[in-house]
Amino acid sequence: MADVTFTVDGKKLTAAAGTLLIEACRAHGIEIPAFCYYPGLSLQAACRMCVVRIEKVPKLQTACTTPVAEGMVVTTESPEIAQARKATIELLLGNHPLDCPVCDAGGECELQDMTFKYGAGESKFVEIKQHREEQQWSPVVFFDRPRCILCYRCVRVCGEGMDVWALGVQNRGAGSVIAPNKQDHLECEECGMCIDICPVGALTSGAYRYKTRPWEMSHVGTVCTHCGDGCKTTLGVRRANDGMEIVRGDNRDKSGINGDFLCIKGRYAFDFANREDRLTKPLVRQADGKLAPVSWDEAIEFAGKKLREIHEAKGGAAIGVIGSNRTTSEEAYLLQKFARTVLGTNNIDHHRTADYPAFAAALPGKAEASLRDVGSAKAILLVGNDPTEQHPGLAWQIRTNVRLNGARLYVVNHELIKLRRQATGFLKIREGDYAAAVTYLAGNDGALEGNGEATKFREALRKEESLVIVFGSEFRGREIESLVQWGSGFGNVKFACLGDYANSRGAADMGLYPDLLPGYVPVTAPAQFATEYGRMPDRPGLDLVQMFDAAERGELAALVVVGANPVARYGIDPAALRNTFIIAQDMFLTETAQLADVVFPAASLYEKSGTVTNTFGDVQLVKKAGDRAGTRSDFELTVRLAAAMGADIRKLVPFGSGGVRADFGQARGAQSGEADRHGVWLAAHNLEPKVSPFDPFAIFDEMQRLVPGYDVPRLDLLAGSDQHLRAGLVHIQLDPARKDLVWPSNDSLFSSGTLGRFSRTLHSILESRKPAETAAD
Amino acid sequence: MSAKTIFSPELAARFDKLVTLYPVKRSALVPMLLYAQDEVGCISDAVVAEVAERIGISELDVRNVTSYYSMLRTKPAGKYNVQVCTNISCMLRGGNEILEHCRRRLGIGNKGVTADGMFSLEEVECIGACSWAPAAQVNYAFHENLTVDGMDKMLAEYRTRGLAEDRSKGK
Amino acid sequence: MATLTTHPDCVPLVSYRFGKGATSIDRYLELDGYQSARKAIELGPDGIIAEMKASNLRGRGGAGFPTGLKWSFVPRQAPKPKYVLVNGDESEPGTCKDRLIFEHDPHSVIEGVIIASLAIQAKMGFIYLRGEYRYLLKIMEKAVEEAYAKGFLGKNIFGSGIDLDVVTQTGAGAYEVGEESALMESLEGKRGIPRIRPPFPAVVGLYGGPTIINNAETIATVPHIFRIGPAEYAKIGTERNGGTRLFCLSGHLERPGVYELPMGYNLKKMIYEVGGGIPRGKKLKAVVPGGSSTPVLLPEEIDIGMDFDQVGKAGSMLGSGGVVVLDETVCMVEFALRTMKFYQHESCGWCIPCREGTDWLKKSLTRLHAGGAVDKDIDNIRYLAENMLGRTFCPLGDAAAMPTIAFVKKFRKEFEDHLDGKGCPYHRAAEREPALV
Ligand SMILES: Cc1cc2nc3c(=O)[nH]c(=O)nc-3n(C[C@H](O)[C@H](O)[C@H](O)COP(=O)(O)O)c2cc1C
Ligand code: SF4
Ligand code: FES
Repeated sequence: MADVTFTVDGKKLTAAAGTLLIEACRAHGIEIPAFCYYPGLSLQAACRMCVVRIEKVPKLQTACTTPVAEGMVVTTESPEIAQARKATIELLLGNHPLDCPVCDAGGECELQDMTFKYGAGESKFVEIKQHREEQQWSPVVFFDRPRCILCYRCVRVCGEGMDVWALGVQNRGAGSVIAPNKQDHLECEECGMCIDICPVGALTSGAYRYKTRPWEMSHVGTVCTHCGDGCKTTLGVRRANDGMEIVRGDNRDKSGINGDFLCIKGRYAFDFANREDRLTKPLVRQADGKLAPVSWDEAIEFAGKKLREIHEAKGGAAIGVIGSNRTTSEEAYLLQKFARTVLGTNNIDHHRTADYPAFAAALPGKAEASLRDVGSAKAILLVGNDPTEQHPGLAWQIRTNVRLNGARLYVVNHELIKLRRQATGFLKIREGDYAAAVTYLAGNDGALEGNGEATKFREALRKEESLVIVFGSEFRGREIESLVQWGSGFGNVKFACLGDYANSRGAADMGLYPDLLPGYVPVTAPAQFATEYGRMPDRPGLDLVQMFDAAERGELAALVVVGANPVARYGIDPAALRNTFIIAQDMFLTETAQLADVVFPAASLYEKSGTVTNTFGDVQLVKKAGDRAGTRSDFELTVRLAAAMGADIRKLVPFGSGGVRADFGQARGAQSGEADRHGVWLAAHNLEPKVSPFDPFAIFDEMQRLVPGYDVPRLDLLAGSDQHLRAGLVHIQLDPARKDLVWPSNDSLFSSGTLGRFSRTLHSILESRKPAETAAD
Repeated sequence: MSAKTIFSPELAARFDKLVTLYPVKRSALVPMLLYAQDEVGCISDAVVAEVAERIGISELDVRNVTSYYSMLRTKPAGKYNVQVCTNISCMLRGGNEILEHCRRRLGIGNKGVTADGMFSLEEVECIGACSWAPAAQVNYAFHENLTVDGMDKMLAEYRTRGLAEDRSKGK
Repeated sequence: MATLTTHPDCVPLVSYRFGKGATSIDRYLELDGYQSARKAIELGPDGIIAEMKASNLRGRGGAGFPTGLKWSFVPRQAPKPKYVLVNGDESEPGTCKDRLIFEHDPHSVIEGVIIASLAIQAKMGFIYLRGEYRYLLKIMEKAVEEAYAKGFLGKNIFGSGIDLDVVTQTGAGAYEVGEESALMESLEGKRGIPRIRPPFPAVVGLYGGPTIINNAETIATVPHIFRIGPAEYAKIGTERNGGTRLFCLSGHLERPGVYELPMGYNLKKMIYEVGGGIPRGKKLKAVVPGGSSTPVLLPEEIDIGMDFDQVGKAGSMLGSGGVVVLDETVCMVEFALRTMKFYQHESCGWCIPCREGTDWLKKSLTRLHAGGAVDKDIDNIRYLAENMLGRTFCPLGDAAAMPTIAFVKKFRKEFEDHLDGKGCPYHRAAEREPALV
């Protein structure tokens, strides 16, 4: 829209016509107080805090509902306005408890701030305040009625934002109250958005309340470890006798790809990190067959010695490595380099949740969609998957784009997934018919038993000039190829391939495959890696399934498992691993770790620094927030193991050598992010801080050089902003017979692979839901 | 709509029609709730559930609306709900005294129900009888220019009528 | 059965058919019913609006907005269907006039809806009755049925080729739902929370379509304007205040009742002659001229003509036509308290100043009346009211604030008399003075 010029407090300002005065002012650094106004949610004009004086208008006007107009003259602060706001606050405080020191929101309360600003110190009323008992509405949501100021933010974010509609307003007048959908409790997605958006201490979270005072925490912006969306989450941490304890997750920092959003996992399921049954001492299997704690040196020496012996005796072919979906890309990269150059094997794999190699093969010359692209696309085609359950962040972006920008959503699915409620078109197909559906959309009427719906759907879709196509793991190999081929017919199209965990994409990109090097470079034609890595096996190794078969046949002498639980996931019979020497790196004594000969206590993604890549190819910085004494990052573990085997560490990790420009702060164990800021500055000045071999940045440099697409702007990355992978994956030919081995984890909102069961919050929800039942639809 | 309903065939039929009268079904909500209350006695959970289903909104939505309107109640009232207006015009002509009198006569307070369930008492806001004050409504019937004695007669009449009805039902 | 009271000065215009059995359509037709609708069809939209403007009819719901002008705001072309909505929520304390119209002359409301619909080319009209008026729902529904049967409603009304449907709706107890935008919310099956304006109903109203909302008396007056002609109608009233009005006299009067008098009729005469003066030889203390939300007038302020402009000049408002008369035995603090109790009970709770303001005013006035207040409470009451005024989401806040400010201003002495801690002096007196029962 055209710009208009208007005057606020004597300053001439311009903004697009139709912009709300409150927004226009904020954009120019003029803060107008507001309780009920919240960007992106429907307008209420209920709190009357945003009143301003507009020339030639008799009454004070609410800036939250007034669009700027040409020549408008506005006053936002004057004795009259201050008095109006003061009176409003006085009224609120009339019944609002003034026990801020013990209120969970103390220090983070907008009412407190407003009272401070407009000084409504002494109460005008002698009547005693009406006390009401606090209510627990769900395992995570608590409601303290007298604190509620009825700004209706929670009601709107739950309904308009989440499409859950679990909160309402009941009674009227002074009796008005926020009410949960099940009379005395909530049944919802437990996303906690209502709590985060509450300006006061009325809605508080069971996971955090009364644990600490906000100012006692330091806040570290990092990335959620759960699903493949990679939402930015800010962790509040404080000192604990065994390190740094994570006490809260929220997204006050809205700069992330998730904007306002976090789901229950991103907000609460960090709690696994604080469990007392975390592994904190290395374990080694003793003569009596039992695992017993030993010193770090002993464990590392022992593991390294065993590996070396096996390597010398049987060669790399007898050793297998299984990587993780939740370690950093640096760790994944290092692990495969270690496997290939130190262990001399291509027997490396991970739990695959999407056929990224096939996607990589199909993509060259076409564009991949970042999560931000989905949030701004004119039209979106979603084929397969159920984002509401499996990609909550994506679901939020889609809903928000439809709601605020009128984007058109087209859904093809074999289930009546909830997102159909936002869809312009919904095409219901049979479970096996995804490939067929694409052929149908491509114009082959025979492909689906044609019903009127299908034709309408196809017609509508064909009219779209620009499209983002998001597809689930229903698509593999050739199906991905044909989907991408058909999709490229649309003028301006981008694609996204949905995989499951925080760094599944990174694991794939970093070559945790028996046949592919980082960037999907075939081991048979190692290109740049040949020169960089020197000697390494040139034939594809064993994939995950083959490794266990080999073990059963007694042909796999050693297996290194990093942050994975294949024994449970693939239902491996322990007997099969009888004769295999197993090294496991994990946070917990999982089914796999229980069978190991050496178990190393690993740090979680919240306790280390590095980068992860979400399923959309958005690279993000993870920062060390928590710290559990006794644990080590998988990066350090791999380096130490290699060292113990007698490998040349400088070859493995080019630390301190040329090219290394900054330090993630890991070496300084920073929680405040201080060191990272140093890193940014140092990087900016081409200076070399002290870099240890345990510093993932040492390898990041190499990654950026060698892995196609990963040469993203480093400074922006360090500044905490997501960087979409540069297009530029090498063109690779995949053997048509290649097995994709994709096994989607089908997590729900309340589960998260093996990790999920270690989260008390997720567990408590599932308990409270028996018989199982998920979000209101 | 669904065959199974908690309402009488007449009311169910009326509701089937009601939702068709408006550009949107939901417009039938407030009347539906009032008519349902007339038959069932209050907005019970069962009423909430069926009305929500008939209109195609959530039970929460129905409760949000129900709790807004002062005539809608979630607990049953007496067979005869005596609603005495004490707003300004009635107050000037003895509305409070009438209310106080009913309290004593019926031995119940505001929103109370007599033990036999025959009467309930409610102090209400202006019912639109200001020029004929003091006034009261019993269920939907207006009683105006009230006096204390007139009130007594009225209550007596309702009681006899109520007992008669109960007896006939008993048979 | 509520009935009209008459007095020689009365002008039976809107009440022309009252008590003549006009609830039956045949009787209504004998009393030249539905003639105006036929005229209106001839006139067409522009003609209708021209005549309405000429009549100087001003809304009877309270605000007194010129009706013809309001209708002219509706855009001719609109993407969404247009609607006519009759506001029969009549809940302003002191007001009981619309009830008489529905009870005695339901077809005049229907005919009014027809004319209004013709004026803006609406295909659907709603008549919203407050829930308490349940017996009127039967009367209205029957009347609507009859009109359908006669072909005055439904497809091709009066053979004009025009279609019009009318639905009678009931509320369920909420004063705020009388506010036009809350009324639309209620009719859409929602909580009676007002809407943000602009946009105004004439542009975006019911179901998002252009809508005119008029008070029942306003609508019922329309056919009569076409019956006697706008010029005739305008002549009856005063300048810019055409016609008659149903005044509801209540409180301390010998002959309370609803009277149809010309606009601009002298308030003093209305009280002493029409209403028969104050009973039991008591002295007049105060008059609330237009329903509970209008500022109180002192005896020396009542020698004024009852039209929107003159009462406005006198510092109050004509409002809904509810004239409440108070004699010397009334405790103004108790009266103020009862008034506030009402607004506290009826506030929809949406915005802070109204929700909390009415609640705290009720609490403070209760305490004051009970004798538990100190000096600063009186100023505080005024402070609260003044900080509500003009700051709330809808006019209900003003409706609560304006009378309160007037009570404190004009009767401060009485408020102070309550500070001696002995409770209400009038109640002590009342022991001797039984109320008027
Ligand atoms: C709190 C409040 C209550 C109202 N109640 C009524 C009412 O009961 N009946 C009515 O006709 N207008 C009522 N009004 C006025 C309506 O908002 C609207 O102005 C009126 O119906 C317009 O009709 P008119 O132009 O014919 O007067 C109320 C206004 C407010 C602010
Ligand atoms: S959507 Fe995924 S990434 Fe985002 S918070 Fe939830 S689990 Fe974490
Ligand atoms: S922010 Fe404008 S009224 Fe609340």
